[in-house]
Amino acid sequence: MSNSELFTSSIAKKYVMALTGLFLISFLVIHCTINSLIFVNDGGETFNEAAHFMSHNIVIRILEVGLFFGLVLHMVQSLILTLKNRKARPVAYAVAPSNESSKWYARSMGILGSLLLLFLVVHMSNFWVPTKQAVFADLEHNSFEAMKTVFAEWYFVAIYLVGVGSLSYHLMHGFQSAFQSLGLNHKKYTPVIKTVGFWFSIIVPAIFAAMPLAIYLGVIE
Amino acid sequence: MSGNMNLTLKVWRQKNAEQKGELVTYPVANISPDMSFLEMFDVLNEQLITEGKEPVAFDHDCREGICGMCSMHINGRAHGPNNGVTTCQLHMRSFNDGDTIVVEPWRAAAFPVVKDLVVDRSSFDRIIAKGGYISVNTGNAQDANNLPVPKVDADKAFEAAACIGCGACVATCKNASAMLFVSAKVSQLALLPQGKVEATERVQNMVRQMDLEGFGNCTNTGACEVECPKGKIILFSENFFSEMRRNFFLK
Amino acid sequence: MTLDAKIPAGDLDKKWEKYKSTIPLVNPANKRSLEIVVVGSGLAGAAAAASLAEMGYKVKVFCFQDSPRRAHSIAAQGGINAAKNYQNDGDSVYRLFYDTIKGGDYRAREANVHRLAEVSGSIIDQCVAQGVPLAREYGGMLSNRSFGGTQVQRTFYAAGQTGQQLLLGAYSALQRQVGLGNVELFARHEMLEVVTIDGKARGIIARNLINGELERHFGHAVLLCTGGYGNVFYLSTNAMGSNVTAAWKAHKKGAFFGNPCYTQIHPTCIPVSGDHQSKLTLMSESLRNDGRIWVPKKKEDCVAIREGKKKAIDIAEDDRDYYLERRYPAFGNLVPRDVASRAAKERCDAGFGINKTGEAVYLDFASNMKYKYGKQEALVKGIQNPTEEQLHALGKAVVKEKYGNLFDMYKQITGEDPYEMPMMIYPAVHYTMGGVWVDYNLMTTVPGLYALGEANFSDHGANRLGASALMQGLADGYFVIPYTIGAYLSNEIRTKAIPTSHEAFVSAENEVKERINKFFSIKGTKSVDHFHKRLGKIMWDKCGMARNDAGLKQAIEDIRALQKDFWANVRVTGEANEFNPELEKAGRVADFLELGELMCIDALNRVESCGGHFREESAETEGEQEGEAKRNDKDFMYVAAWEYKAPNTFELHKEELKYEVIKISQRSYK
Repeated sequence: MSNSELFTSSIAKKYVMALTGLFLISFLVIHCTINSLIFVNDGGETFNEAAHFMSHNIVIRILEVGLFFGLVLHMVQSLILTLKNRKARPVAYAVAPSNESSKWYARSMGILGSLLLLFLVVHMSNFWVPTKQAVFADLEHNSFEAMKTVFAEWYFVAIYLVGVGSLSYHLMHGFQSAFQSLGLNHKKYTPVIKTVGFWFSIIVPAIFAAMPLAIYLGVIE
Repeated sequence: MSGNMNLTLKVWRQKNAEQKGELVTYPVANISPDMSFLEMFDVLNEQLITEGKEPVAFDHDCREGICGMCSMHINGRAHGPNNGVTTCQLHMRSFNDGDTIVVEPWRAAAFPVVKDLVVDRSSFDRIIAKGGYISVNTGNAQDANNLPVPKVDADKAFEAAACIGCGACVATCKNASAMLFVSAKVSQLALLPQGKVEATERVQNMVRQMDLEGFGNCTNTGACEVECPKGKIILFSENFFSEMRRNFFLK
Repeated sequence: MTLDAKIPAGDLDKKWEKYKSTIPLVNPANKRSLEIVVVGSGLAGAAAAASLAEMGYKVKVFCFQDSPRRAHSIAAQGGINAAKNYQNDGDSVYRLFYDTIKGGDYRAREANVHRLAEVSGSIIDQCVAQGVPLAREYGGMLSNRSFGGTQVQRTFYAAGQTGQQLLLGAYSALQRQVGLGNVELFARHEMLEVVTIDGKARGIIARNLINGELERHFGHAVLLCTGGYGNVFYLSTNAMGSNVTAAWKAHKKGAFFGNPCYTQIHPTCIPVSGDHQSKLTLMSESLRNDGRIWVPKKKEDCVAIREGKKKAIDIAEDDRDYYLERRYPAFGNLVPRDVASRAAKERCDAGFGINKTGEAVYLDFASNMKYKYGKQEALVKGIQNPTEEQLHALGKAVVKEKYGNLFDMYKQITGEDPYEMPMMIYPAVHYTMGGVWVDYNLMTTVPGLYALGEANFSDHGANRLGASALMQGLADGYFVIPYTIGAYLSNEIRTKAIPTSHEAFVSAENEVKERINKFFSIKGTKSVDHFHKRLGKIMWDKCGMARNDAGLKQAIEDIRALQKDFWANVRVTGEANEFNPELEKAGRVADFLELGELMCIDALNRVESCGGHFREESAETEGEQEGEAKRNDKDFMYVAAWEYKAPNTFELHKEELKYEVIKISQRSYK
């Protein structure tokens, strides 16, 4: 196979999905860790310090660009794959396959991903855009205050809950599937990966969900 | 006829590849629970011939679950409601008197309908022709026992080789992906020392053809497993997938 | 015409080796312009096509299935024999040769069988090199089992799917050549006529089964690898599509048909359950290693069972008749297939059958399950004085490990659990030893026309040993035809490809067309299957496990009447120019109707019992062998090769069988 063929084949496309997915997962870990600092409940001091570091450190800035590209690649590739997959079955069954052994969320990665995308738009306009504006204007931005403002509204809290819910199910399949797509399957380690993936897709979204809830309910001040 | 089941069949009728098809309803009576699903279709066809109508075309040959020719999508499941059997091994005792049964052909761009329930699966043959073999000519072989193969590998290769090429995995996959079929062959050969030599080249060539044929991508949903009529392939399907993906970029 | 088997001179064990080195070669440049048509893609066809293409010939392969991988070789379960002597139990080429001749009841050609035994080892080497996953021991070496009552372990296997694995090996070799452009593949094509020009086979007429078009294909040689004709009985273990059409067309174009009456009836099949039955399923012979075959001693018990008032387990041990152990104490349940089949028929005919139809016997695993495996396991696990239930449970686990897939299949088909109830079995048609007559080169009486595998008559005599069919198919395809075809093709290098506009092609195509039109023009009232079932019943009743003069004469009359009825009253639906399974079946059944007649004629002619052919007139009348088959070597030690003269007229030619090495004797399993 020539190199160009190698990278446009279906297997390679799934490699891209997996690698970008895992990259996005690594971002989630950092994002989640830093945001968890609000639970220190010191009026956002620790959290704001970390947020400031993140928005001004050069390495992080470069990684942010990478993250953006990763996200776009993940979306574009999934779109291409989905279109190809649709074309692979031009006539639908009258009685849809019951799919006994597969999970609904595994078959709905596209829908879950689209929900996530919608959520991201809201999420970025809530936090990322104001932060950037402040950085460019060289103003001090209080991220903690911004959170408090947004999560004072019940509908934002609702949107965020749906968002992290989608994330949870997206991860539930995506985490272990990424390893599968990379051809990493092992008698001993695959069950470990699956267990880790399962708890990861529960715990991380749960922490994310706890933030708007805690602020809305006034647990954090 | 000795049976006592009465059923309503909704069967996909399509004259040929060009014309449009539709589900047509047929009642069948006096079906014995001891009949196989295909024998029930024999009854239907005998009935249609007597009425001067054209019988339903369906693929079948060995009728003992090994040739992989039978291929019906029954009530939303490839090879019908039971796990681990082909359509020909499905018996009417798995249904109840009065049931309505919808029977469709495999649906995939790479398996175009030939007529009624018959589809063209030559795409599988073309994939195999691109690399589903070990490049050895007749007469080239050394003594069979000169090449010991660990039993675990041999057994696993055997489980992979159990694939009968029926296409139920493609029919079931939401993406009509041929991953299980291709990876089973890839794994069978890559697990054996004599097949290891050309493993990467083999995978790349087979994948290229698989993509060309218009199969979808594997998204690791695992839906194919339950419909595979050859039992143990499913135990290793993830293994086989990764065997294939690993070999893809090696070299 | 005199039959010349063209057996090379010299000592038996040197013939092949010497001959192989003297067959003229075809130079590589010439090979590219020589075309070979291969009909059938089973073990023989796929192996031959792949090997010939590797050598450089231009090959075309035809099969009626949707893929070459579906050929019925795939259904073989047990294994493949080879004289490797890996188990160091004294096996040798000579022993395999001897066992095959003896198993065939001294009706096979010595030279062919010896060659088969010689190349058997290379088959295993070849298959392993192709990646066929044969069973292995923990040390990584190949595993063997004993099969069909032989005293050595020479059977190689891949669980219960040996045929599938070997076929997929040959198929992959074939597909490799397809991918390399050396083989052109025609799936869903059925051969409907042989084209002969100046007495030589020069191609075929094939019908594209998808659009119904008739196609002409030229070949310098034509290879028929089209399997056996067991489906003449309607119910058999053959695939639904297995047919005699290609061989029969060849026969009508001048190829003699050898020993058509030799049919193998396999003793362990799932019995017929009703009129709807379309196919019989084999339960591997290996089950006889652990199962005991019996029927009740008392007729009233049989009646009670048939009426559902009693079950097998209600019959006391003393009231059971283990008839094989009773009649054949030395071999017991492991007597050869033909003997076991006839014994089952004898009991059922006497009224001791144990299912609704009265045609079934028990194959019982209970005693081995409990007292052999159960006890062993109990000892291993250190269970003192185990209860019957414990023994059953322990033994069941062992049996499950050994035969799990077969037991599951049985349960799937019958709805009964064979772990709790004995299996019911009955003999069924399984393999046909007869076939197109071929010489040592596998060439038929039509120059340039070859027959390989089950389609020819050559290697199994009157009865085939277990695990030998796969061996023969692959031997013919991989290791015989690639050499022997040179003897013919080396003289054909000056023959340019004949254009298919040649009048022989035109007239052959017209014949096919007329016949197809005839089917549609009848517009009768009965389906093709209707006639097939009636033919099957005649054959099974009168030309089945036991045959006699009056019955066979009656059968011939009945079949002739049925032929007339068929050509007057068959209804073929649909059209010629479309995918039409009814039309395909009609053509096949029409040929079966003619073949059935010839089988009965052959069986009538052979007034002796040998192997699978049992004439009631030829049985031992006294002594301990009373009632057993009796061969007549004085009058019948020949191959009956039939020439087609005209409709319903066949002429017998005899090829005398000479045994130079083997001393012939009457088989005894007492």
